Amino acid sequence: MLGKLDWSAIPLEQPIPLIAGGVVLVAILGVLLWVVVKGYLPYLWAEWITSVDHKRIGVMYVLLASVMFLRGGSDAIMMRIQQAIAYQSQGYLPPEHYNQIFSAHGTIMIFFVAMPFVIGLMNLVVPLQLGVRDVAFPTLNSVGFWLTATGALLVNLSLVIGEFSRTGWLAFPPLSELTYSPGVGVDYYAWSLQISGVGTLVAGINLVTTVLKIRTKGMSYLRMPMFCWTTLASNLLIVAAFPILTATLAMLLLDRYLGFHFFTNEAGGNLMMFMNLIWAWGHPEVYILVLPAFGIFSEVVSTFSGKPLFGYRSMVLATMAICVISFMVWLHHFFTMGAGPDVNAIFGIASMIIAVPTGVKIYNWLFTMYGGRIRFATPMLWAVGFMVTFIIGGLTGVLVAVPPADFMLHNSMFLVAHFHNVIIGGVLFGAFAGFTYWFPKAFGFRLDETWGKAAFWFTFIGFWVTFIPLYAAGMLGMTRRMQHYDVAAWRPWMFWAAIGMALLSIAVICQITQVVVSIRNRDALRDRTGDPWDGRSLEWATSSPPPVFNFAFYPDVRGEDAYWALKQHAKEQQLEHAEPEYQDIEMPRNSPTGFVCAFFATVTGFALIWHIWWMVILGCLGAFATFVVFAWRDHDEYVIPAADVAAIDRANLEERRNLVSMAGAV
Amino acid sequence: MNLLDPQGPVAVANSTILVDSVFIMLTIVVPTIVAILGFAWWFRASNPMAQYQPDFVYSGRIEMVVWAIPALTIILLGGVAWIGSHQLDPRAPVPGTGSPVRIQAVSLDWKWLFIYPDQRIATVNSLTAPAGAELNFQLTSSSVMNVFFIPQLGSMIYTMNGMVTRLNLRADNEGKLQGLSAHFSGDGFPEMMFDVNVISPLAFPDWVASTAKTDQVLNEDSYKKLMQQFVERGRPTYRLEDPTLFNLISTQHIPPGPGPQVTSSAGRPHSGDHDAR
Repeated sequence: MLGKLDWSAIPLEQPIPLIAGGVVLVAILGVLLWVVVKGYLPYLWAEWITSVDHKRIGVMYVLLASVMFLRGGSDAIMMRIQQAIAYQSQGYLPPEHYNQIFSAHGTIMIFFVAMPFVIGLMNLVVPLQLGVRDVAFPTLNSVGFWLTATGALLVNLSLVIGEFSRTGWLAFPPLSELTYSPGVGVDYYAWSLQISGVGTLVAGINLVTTVLKIRTKGMSYLRMPMFCWTTLASNLLIVAAFPILTATLAMLLLDRYLGFHFFTNEAGGNLMMFMNLIWAWGHPEVYILVLPAFGIFSEVVSTFSGKPLFGYRSMVLATMAICVISFMVWLHHFFTMGAGPDVNAIFGIASMIIAVPTGVKIYNWLFTMYGGRIRFATPMLWAVGFMVTFIIGGLTGVLVAVPPADFMLHNSMFLVAHFHNVIIGGVLFGAFAGFTYWFPKAFGFRLDETWGKAAFWFTFIGFWVTFIPLYAAGMLGMTRRMQHYDVAAWRPWMFWAAIGMALLSIAVICQITQVVVSIRNRDALRDRTGDPWDGRSLEWATSSPPPVFNFAFYPDVRGEDAYWALKQHAKEQQLEHAEPEYQDIEMPRNSPTGFVCAFFATVTGFALIWHIWWMVILGCLGAFATFVVFAWRDHDEYVIPAADVAAIDRANLEERRNLVSMAGAV
Repeated sequence: MNLLDPQGPVAVANSTILVDSVFIMLTIVVPTIVAILGFAWWFRASNPMAQYQPDFVYSGRIEMVVWAIPALTIILLGGVAWIGSHQLDPRAPVPGTGSPVRIQAVSLDWKWLFIYPDQRIATVNSLTAPAGAELNFQLTSSSVMNVFFIPQLGSMIYTMNGMVTRLNLRADNEGKLQGLSAHFSGDGFPEMMFDVNVISPLAFPDWVASTAKTDQVLNEDSYKKLMQQFVERGRPTYRLEDPTLFNLISTQHIPPGPGPQVTSSAGRPHSGDHDAR
């Protein structure tokens, strides 16, 4: 009846995941109870869960990423403590548990923190920057988000029902094959990535189409803000690379479920094929993450320096060069698998070539600051911190791209330090910069600067205290994923890394405090102008938070830095007083399709993991029925009458004018 | 296990390239970091001395320089990578004194088996080699992937079931080194450390002779026992009965290791875990 599922799936003998799972469960139930008792459920359902508004979906993506960041961060803390104490002892985590933790940490941080965070910011900002009212496929957008949430849910479910993968974040065969991993862990891993992978792919298709096809008047490609360009590049990579991941995991699943032999030891299977395929997705993946971060820094550096981005065209070229070359370097992840010197050298050099456009970007940000009037608000601190950190990460990255150096450093703690150096220093700093930069746009009030700066400094210093020791341990021959060790020389470095982790934990507490304090002081931090940072691109041209239709009328773009130009123009012309002619606006209707789809996807995924076949059929039928119902809908848009648009927009304009004239009077 | 304390020519060359590459890049990276911090500080809004130039958005000369600096660095490093990859190809010969020693390494769950086919002996978790001689490694795996790595001797290489990888190394100084697996291979992975005893070439024949006196025999049967999942804390040695054993393993005439026994219907494997501790 329930396939492989029985009471032994609950890990009663392992207190840590059980307690963690229990705490999370109680927290979720508590929140749900609070929501129901307070009567917020109808509001949540109508305004958020079924919302197809790109801004709200963006906010939900970031919220998902933030929650999962706490989970992935807890894993990191547990790993650092384990390695700090597991010298000539077993530490406090047995191997079967420790191995789940590092697998979950990597999987969660990449797929359910970094990805939703950047996709959320792109969703929130890109349509605003393009001066349009929505993304190309609003309902699909909601489906994409909810499928990502499904994947996250399944990963967390593995805490209390069954186990998670113990094979690392990429589940290399043959270890991940049924022979060597007979448990459900790898199935949890693979199905949650399959489901969330579909979500990511539709998000990618949606954003590519949006940037290519939906832009306001005059917003030609070479007038788009840099963030739109990096969004385009990143989502092109998603569309090209994620099908590879889906196909690769599908092959692994066929091996595990139907006795195929794609990657098995026996019957002609070949694990090297998996290595090639997974990295053909995996390497573009890191650029999928870091390109949007580059876009965020471009916006932040330009805004807070009070200057347009230096060498804009050069930046566009560099972005697209990275987009293309990133597909040609995957082999550098396994120089040590016995490839010939020509192959190794060519892939090594190709990997280094990416450092050229990346270096150009650094210099262009540098010269954007040159001659600027730099305001060190929190987002700008993240940007400068990023530039310094990322260069070091780039240095060690180019170093491991040199095959003979990689022969010593492959899979070592040095490598672990390197990719954290670029992912934390690049993607995470970028996500935090974007978070503080666009938070007022999403919610209408700024974040507390004191706590924001504290979070930056703790993260920045904590990062180096954690990862310099890992670089050092790598130079002492320490390899990754060790549950315990007997080498005395490694021990002090593991101790310092744990201290660094403590600083990083304080940084997370600062971030949470920052949000809480800001919500309590929101009236003082209110952004009434819609333009709290003296911004340059169109998202600042509308109110904060923007009305559901974003812009009452489509802005007319006459050059780069569209909103900056509008502001200059308005100053010269003593403000435009002519009232625009308001028109009815058609907006897409909210739809529960995404949520219902994800519900059935969760059921199907869970049933597949536990081999509950009747439930698989039920889940698939449900998902298909949802699709049919959506496809046969009659009305998918509603009209906001011109009068309502006028009322909303006039109120916004009035407030803005008052502020401007007050400022003028002073 | 310090990478910067190499004990053989391969490790010397690897670490030289490593250090040189870092210094080449530092010549660019350090000035850039200084410039970032310097510009950020000087052009702060509160500095009345800094000149605000909102129109400084393009300069052909600067563009040229900023594309050229990383490009030139990469051309230089690309040359290092190309030459290094060829000279330090794991299969490239590493000439030494005396006749080369053939060693066939098999990664097992979770221990290392070293077969000396010419000497007709085998050891587990302990590799003994004469100083100065070329060491010809042939490597394979009984089950999952591992990486064979002796940090102070240089280049690591994957071991894979059904395949043979090749690696040539040389140890120049007598002494005790340590090797490990550099690719995660399951619950007993941290126990896959092995001793490397580099002894004088004169002592090597004696070591071979004394090892050959053991009464434990390595043949297909005892190998099959050895490839079960468990951790070996001792350093057993064997007399090699069949010098083609490695070929039988690498060509899968002996099927791959069995993996854990499933004992629970929920699919939680238990065997192996306890041995691993």
